[in-house]
Amino acid sequence: MAGITYGTIYAIVAIGFNIIYNATGIINFAQGEFVMLGGMTAVTLSGFLPLPLAVLGAVAVTLVVGAVIEVVFIRWLHKPSVLRMIIITIGISILIRESALHIWGEGVRALPYFTGTSETSFNLGGVYVSPQVLWAVGVGAVVVAALTAFFNYTLPGRQMRACSANRDAARLCGVNAKNMVTLSFMLSAAIGAIGGCVVCPITYVQYDSGTPLAIKGFTVAILGGLGNSTAAVGAGMLLGILESFSIWVLPAAYKEAVSIFLLLVILFVRPSGLFGSAEAARLKEF
Amino acid sequence: MRARYLPVAAFAGIIIAIQLTTHFTESAYHLTQLTMTAYYSLLVVGLCMLTGYAGQISIGHAGFFAIGGYLSAFLTTHNLVPHQGTAFVSLLKKAGLLAARPDLYGGEILNVHPWAACLAAILATVIIAYLIGGPVLKLKGHYLAMATLGFGVIIYRIALGTTLLGAADGISDVPGFPLASGVEITGKASMRVPNYYAAWGLVIAGMVLLLNLIHSRVGRALASIHGAEDAAEAMGIPAARYKLHTFVLSAVFASLAGVFLTHYNGGIGPSEASVMKSVRYVAIVAIGGMANLWGALSMSLVLNYFSLRGYFGSYDDAVFGAILILIMLFAPDGLLRRHLFDDMKRMFSGDADQEAP
Repeated sequence: MAGITYGTIYAIVAIGFNIIYNATGIINFAQGEFVMLGGMTAVTLSGFLPLPLAVLGAVAVTLVVGAVIEVVFIRWLHKPSVLRMIIITIGISILIRESALHIWGEGVRALPYFTGTSETSFNLGGVYVSPQVLWAVGVGAVVVAALTAFFNYTLPGRQMRACSANRDAARLCGVNAKNMVTLSFMLSAAIGAIGGCVVCPITYVQYDSGTPLAIKGFTVAILGGLGNSTAAVGAGMLLGILESFSIWVLPAAYKEAVSIFLLLVILFVRPSGLFGSAEAARLKEF
Repeated sequence: MRARYLPVAAFAGIIIAIQLTTHFTESAYHLTQLTMTAYYSLLVVGLCMLTGYAGQISIGHAGFFAIGGYLSAFLTTHNLVPHQGTAFVSLLKKAGLLAARPDLYGGEILNVHPWAACLAAILATVIIAYLIGGPVLKLKGHYLAMATLGFGVIIYRIALGTTLLGAADGISDVPGFPLASGVEITGKASMRVPNYYAAWGLVIAGMVLLLNLIHSRVGRALASIHGAEDAAEAMGIPAARYKLHTFVLSAVFASLAGVFLTHYNGGIGPSEASVMKSVRYVAIVAIGGMANLWGALSMSLVLNYFSLRGYFGSYDDAVFGAILILIMLFAPDGLLRRHLFDDMKRMFSGDADQEAP
């Protein structure tokens, strides 16, 4: 079950990567920090607000942070090179992490369980499941469904797809490509924050929990094929379950090394991902 | 004396001047941090060669530093007395690769000799760098960055999770590294001045090697790969092989820095392998001007020294993160480079379109 919980959060981070990648062609190395920020803000807000409001507030705060980052650091750059964007987003992730360290300190925090407590569990076909796991999986499913609807049936969603397919053509049709990039940062920040809130009762959150999440989310994004959010969910579950099984064979301390090793193998052997087509990957710019 | 050695001589002069200044102002304690700075600088110039000249980013060089440091620390502190009977250990002993020293209670500790441990660490680094570098350097852009980052995290996790390597505490009580009779690399205050010169001597030797490399056939080949890899290949330059060799060379620089700094500090901890360290090295190379060995070296001297003296306080990592962002936003080719002023003029005249790839 731990595998599925972690799998959900990996999938959510991967979806965040995909949204920004689709809109801009860059990988946002600060994606994991959005998850951390969402969890941390929710914990602080839950001190004086009811839980649902705290979660909403955390998502709103992270969304604003995402927008500010895009406007301040990325919007005005003219055709930045990939290397430059990598280094800038890494720098941003460091700044967010260090700010979190100075605001919240080094302590490990957690939200209360959304329903029940850590001891509550109910029988699901012979397996005892914590309600929070169901929350995580449920919210993950809702996020994917909502995103699919957003990209297919709403005007901004379709505009974003148009931008990722052909930026110049989209601009000729009157789409404000720059605003779409800002929107993509806001979306992926908000999604990361939702994920952070839902899983932090189980996985806890700390100022530096973002980086490992970013690497694993990236593993999942690659595994599913960069840019493909539905496949990312499957890949996320796969990685989460693989990781929890790895504890049986290897000490838990190496858990992270296992998934990163997997990332390296995928990058070397099949960079287009398990579900992606190699031909399409060759045409993309990395 | 050729023109390219003039800066080397000038730099050596600065190093000597710094030592003399600390001698006369009786602030020799600064030399401790300056010696540590020297070893980090060795890594930085190696990374500069890889990033700036071969055009390959690596966010995992702290991993190679840790491989060198940890291997050397482990071999020189792991007591071989319980294994004395085995054929392998007696073979090592016959070859003169082991060093015996008394422990606290008068018993005997048998370790691998520091020189042998150093060679083993370098050899291991070369092998790992070839194994990793082969497939990794086929990747580009995001994938290359993530793969090297992943490599760094794996090394960090292994260092943190292995009890044999001291887990979160790292390895301590690493003996000194004997250089010549009476001189050894160690943190003892009496050895401060020789150590300072040994460390910076090593950096200068590394610089001479790299400078010669840049101005040779290899350097020109690397420059062409950086400019346009496809065009370079079309001209018959084996791009993959050159990139791989540069990667291995910079890994060896990092590993060597790890070995000596570990002997100097008398220990190593997992934080040396952390992602933040790798990012910091990249930041220094970036501010130094990407393809500018002297820029990287001078920035490494200043920034590492300030950081080690604790001038940045608890904002240490944040300072390097901010540097990274500012450089990449306003001077993506690095800060210290020849065309700096032309670029600034162009940026402020609003014609910043011709950005270098």
